[in-house]
Amino acid sequence: MSASDVGGMPQITYNFAYLDEQTKRMIRRAILKAIAVPGYQVPFAAREMPMPYGWGTGGVQVTAAVLGRDDVLKVIDQGADDTTNAVAIRGFFEKTARVATTTSTTEATVIQTRHRIPETKLREDQILVYQVPIPEPLRFLEPRETETRQLHALAEYGLMHVKLYEDIARHGHIATTYAYPVEVAGRYVMDPSPIPKFDNPKMDDSPALQLFGAGREKRIYAIPPHTKVRSLDFEDHPFKVQRFAKPCALCGATGAYLDEVILDDKGGRMFVCSDTDFCNTRQEEGHRGEMGA
Amino acid sequence: MTATEQPLLVAEGLSKNYGARIGCRDVSLEVYPGEVLAVVGESGSGKSTLLSLLSTELAPTSGRVSYRLRDGALTDLASLGAAERRLLMRTDWGFVRQNPAEGLRMAVSAGGNVGERLMAVGWRHYGNIREEALDWLGRVEIAGDRIDDDPRAFSGGMRQRLQIARNLVTRPRLVFMDEPTGGLDVSVQARLLDLIRGLVTDLGLAVIIVTHDLAVARLLSHRMVVMRQGRVIETGITDQVLDDPREPYTQLLVSSVLAV
Amino acid sequence: MSEPILEVSGVAKTFVLHLRDGARLPVVSGAGFELFAGECVALGGPSGAGKSSLLKMVYGNYRVDQGAILVRDGDETVDVAHAGPRRLIRLRETAMGYVSQFLRVIPRVSALDVVAEPLIHDGVDRDEALAKARALLARLNLPERLWSLPPATFSGGEQQRVNIARGLIAHRPLLLMDEPTASLDAANRAVVIGLIEEKKRAGVAILGIFHDAEVREAVCDRIIDVTEFAKAA
Repeated sequence: MSASDVGGMPQITYNFAYLDEQTKRMIRRAILKAIAVPGYQVPFAAREMPMPYGWGTGGVQVTAAVLGRDDVLKVIDQGADDTTNAVAIRGFFEKTARVATTTSTTEATVIQTRHRIPETKLREDQILVYQVPIPEPLRFLEPRETETRQLHALAEYGLMHVKLYEDIARHGHIATTYAYPVEVAGRYVMDPSPIPKFDNPKMDDSPALQLFGAGREKRIYAIPPHTKVRSLDFEDHPFKVQRFAKPCALCGATGAYLDEVILDDKGGRMFVCSDTDFCNTRQEEGHRGEMGA
Repeated sequence: MTATEQPLLVAEGLSKNYGARIGCRDVSLEVYPGEVLAVVGESGSGKSTLLSLLSTELAPTSGRVSYRLRDGALTDLASLGAAERRLLMRTDWGFVRQNPAEGLRMAVSAGGNVGERLMAVGWRHYGNIREEALDWLGRVEIAGDRIDDDPRAFSGGMRQRLQIARNLVTRPRLVFMDEPTGGLDVSVQARLLDLIRGLVTDLGLAVIIVTHDLAVARLLSHRMVVMRQGRVIETGITDQVLDDPREPYTQLLVSSVLAV
Repeated sequence: MSEPILEVSGVAKTFVLHLRDGARLPVVSGAGFELFAGECVALGGPSGAGKSSLLKMVYGNYRVDQGAILVRDGDETVDVAHAGPRRLIRLRETAMGYVSQFLRVIPRVSALDVVAEPLIHDGVDRDEALAKARALLARLNLPERLWSLPPATFSGGEQQRVNIARGLIAHRPLLLMDEPTASLDAANRAVVIGLIEEKKRAGVAILGIFHDAEVREAVCDRIIDVTEFAKAA
């Protein structure tokens, strides 16, 4: 705790970005290793954070470790900047790191996200931090951690295709629509966290650094900028993203990921961009959907 | 034994101690291509330990196991890396276990169970995988319309047949079987044995089968190894060991069985 | 005269019954004889004299305590008494056949397949092997409706005919027969006699136990009295 020397601060304050320097250093080492071995899950000594597991403790620790005083932080939850989780985490870093925050994807230098990748193309000077509930893509079929580590070590990924096979056998197509497994840099198979598979192509060759933090499971993994990320599939059932029948009702965007919004109890509903910043920016630029004001 | 006949698997002086308890003592044997070798003995005789040692699931306290790889070289399995050994186990070997829950993925459909090895060796065409799985289900007499059912819905005999299909789909040269008919009804056993017998002949498989059932050994195996207290006490052609047993223990085993 | 197909010399065998306090049951001792191509020799003597045991020793089904059993296998001669199991298995596959008294039934395998199996094992085309099996079963008067059924439910005589067909379908220079006609009627005995004569003409050496005097007199060139070996034992 350092206090007193900064004018106008409350008496009790936090170490920059909450975590002590040794912890941040430990996390940075894990991040460096994760970048050096793309897609590989690096164990790290996750700390107890002042929030429950499942609220992004992994992502918060990664953000804390990479955040500098000049960074501009954006936090989204399911694409939205104004949900409880996003607001709380933004507030947390405003308080503990006193960094500038934003809801604008283009203004942000660090973006912590739960379940989405922004629609706006990311840049080389940006870091995307994912909150990860279950980092192990093979767990569904192989619950033994000792065994999954072996499978990763030896690149035995037949099992991952068994899951996709099961999907097709049961549903006629690959029914996995989120947390869709990817192969990173031709080596490790990775769980991209529960983002919709719609977002999977954005991970490929992204100029931004992508970091993944799982707090409960104490794992960090990464996709360095401009890394090949391939969604697993079959030759006769190639990977395909969701398509939406109509453009966004508010901004008229096509090719963006849409959420269904229930309007009334008479079956009224509309489809709008899940990325609120993207939608607002388009509306400010004058784009209008069929229900746009 | 012509000059060209070479063993597929060679075990030399295999011993395994569990602390002070001895699982297996100084066992040496050879298995040739296309041959079925039965390992018989009572529970606790060390036959299952021997199978684990031969299949490299257990590391021996002393001794070694060598296998003739597809390149023709007889190779000490301990000298292989984990990756090579695992590749061997899921392509060139099979392992049919007594308890199908250990040999199958119970929550995965029959087709997925059979297809797993194919996907593991790089098959990436769903239609081809499914076709191959269907073919193998047919060979083990499981109706094609059960391909999307998971083995929890299967009877014990069907589960064992599925396990066999899952193992044979990559055309292994050597299959380990640990009491594959254990716990099945007699009529179900007969069907399974006949199926195994046919597949072994058609595919020219080498099989090392552990069983306490001498009738199973009689029906399936060419040669037999009798184990007692971790040691091999008698070996020979199966009918010779069963019809003219030499060792007191083997005589006891044979005489304890109703007409084999 | 040419080399014998089978040469038995100084063969002795005693069963040791460990479950009966190591009781010793001598079977034969000093057994010796030769068998040449194209001849059929019967092992003679009362039951219990060791005929069947001797036959089983030649086949390698029973072990031999002393002596040698030399079987010609092409250019090689194999001592059954000392050969390793792998060599013995191969010897059975190429050089000697065995028609046992009873058919060991394999569940779910049809009579036709049971008969054709040795030929298929020899590498003969499956269709050709099955055709030969059909011809043989027809000659042995096994009703055609039974051919596709597993022999488990057949009568003793029907099973024996399947067994004979299986034992005779492939060519083996040495043929061992243990009472092949025991449960056959006169007509089928005559068929078997014909089959044995054909084998002899093909140069096969046959060693057998033939209790049926009619068959024995028809096919056997000489009789070896096993009592002599039993006495010595």
